[in-house]
Amino acid sequence: MRKALRLSRFNIASLALGLAFLYLPILILVIYSFNASRLVTVWGGWSLRWYHEFFNDRAMIDAAWMSLRVAVSSATIATLLGTLAAVALSRGERFRGRTLFSGMLYAPLVMPEVITGLSLLLLFVALNAERGFWTVTIAHTTLTMCFVAVVVQSRLGSLDRSLEEAAMDLGCDPVRAFLSVTLPLIAPAIIAGWMLAFTLSLDDLVIASFTTGPGSATLPIRIYSEVRLGVKPEINAICTLVIALIAVVIVIASLASKLSSSQGESAAPL
Amino acid sequence: MSSRRIFARPARFAAIAPYLWMMLFFLVPFAFVLKISLSQTAIAQPPYDPVFDLTAGWDALKTAFAALSIDNFRLLVSDDIYVFAYLRSLTVAVTATALLLLIGYPIAYGMARLPKSWQAVAMVLVIVPFWTSFLIRIYAWINILQHDGLLNQILLALHLVSQPVVWLSTDSAMYIGIVYSYLPFMILPLYATLAKMEPALEEAAGDLGAPPWQVFWLVTFPLSLPGVGAGVLLCFIPIVGEFVIPDLLAGSNSLMIGQTLWLEFFTNKDWPVASAAAIVLLMVLLLPLLLYERLQKRQLEQGH
Repeated sequence: MRKALRLSRFNIASLALGLAFLYLPILILVIYSFNASRLVTVWGGWSLRWYHEFFNDRAMIDAAWMSLRVAVSSATIATLLGTLAAVALSRGERFRGRTLFSGMLYAPLVMPEVITGLSLLLLFVALNAERGFWTVTIAHTTLTMCFVAVVVQSRLGSLDRSLEEAAMDLGCDPVRAFLSVTLPLIAPAIIAGWMLAFTLSLDDLVIASFTTGPGSATLPIRIYSEVRLGVKPEINAICTLVIALIAVVIVIASLASKLSSSQGESAAPL
Repeated sequence: MSSRRIFARPARFAAIAPYLWMMLFFLVPFAFVLKISLSQTAIAQPPYDPVFDLTAGWDALKTAFAALSIDNFRLLVSDDIYVFAYLRSLTVAVTATALLLLIGYPIAYGMARLPKSWQAVAMVLVIVPFWTSFLIRIYAWINILQHDGLLNQILLALHLVSQPVVWLSTDSAMYIGIVYSYLPFMILPLYATLAKMEPALEEAAGDLGAPPWQVFWLVTFPLSLPGVGAGVLLCFIPIVGEFVIPDLLAGSNSLMIGQTLWLEFFTNKDWPVASAAAIVLLMVLLLPLLLYERLQKRQLEQGH
């Protein structure tokens, strides 16, 4: 039996300080996005002025739209490929090239983004591909499918395999057993994987900078070029909107995993 | 044949599409990086020479091979800028990883000691900032650290300093940014091992008369080493190649290798040197990468 050890004062203090450290900067950023004053440091009362400014900023809106389209398409392809990869790794037993396969899937998780970005760009140049929406989508798919694969694979690993074996003993062929038994059980992890891929793509600056072409900047690329020039309240407003969008995504993800995992253990969001 | 083995056959077919995708978009591109790192810089579009033309036949290929040079690598080794950049990247990564371990461990330890139902909440709270944009989190710190930002205002109000401290464009700002961004990556693996630990072991050590620090140092810490290893690798490897955080928060007088690579590529348009820098960076990271792969594999494929 696992019983809780007593919490020392030190434990509570380090937890409280740690969480404050993680959340205070974001909170401050959100509060200042509603600041009426042009000076970021002077509080001039509540106002939606900077949100108004953002919605009139054509270039920013275009970049945000580009980012959303890339995030949705790359997350969808990545979820499909990542789930397939996870199934092969956790149910395929031994097959030729397995070590290389898992190696290719785990390496991008920690690979410095400058390397991934540069190498993909050189490939696109060699293939003479026109750089823009599709090259960024492919690049993001390559990165995020690895995260999906890990999330789904860890769920598959904790699943009771006798369930799908029972389905097959009762006459299901493997594909049918997978679709009607395994798939519903790993659905929360697949949804969580999609959400993770979506937010990672929405967030990426480095890989997108390498792989995009002229005239198709993503939101992080635009934000980055503004941030380099200094703090601007409009950026606070955009960041707050992105945080709100991601918060909605997280809430949906956790609701979805709660709804469909009541029969098993809940899937961790990572 | 057992149903497990029958299930395995179609499961193997599932590998085909992702396999081909990763070959084409992850493995093959490295061949291009290697090739271009061995080419000469040229003022052209794309800005390198020679270009392989497979349709030109074997002879053309041979001339192309003959034109390959290791000049770019020679430049990387002989020019102080690059050597310093690699050394600085490693120093920053080691220091930041040590800081992360020092800060992350007590938090993970606190989480593992919470009642079971609170642990799940704490875990979500640690993961959520990881989901919010990386760039936004760095920007949040620029807000706080700027000349008349919140930190200076608080320090002035408390009379801890008599005039505003310069935070931005310093190494302290960069370390704050790195620790802030990578903290969840350190906490989660640590928490995972600490939460699985048998509490009876610590109790037994305590009952046998060990003072708390000795219980921690002789029992808890050694048992948590797999988590320490995972957290350290998960932070160390990407930090070595980090670009955004040093670019936005540190000064511009000493660059990390990710920044030099970016500069060579985007500002100087010297693709061959940027590629050579990427190859060297990859070689520096090869050992930690292999260690990380083994760890990840063990965790996902045997650990249940």
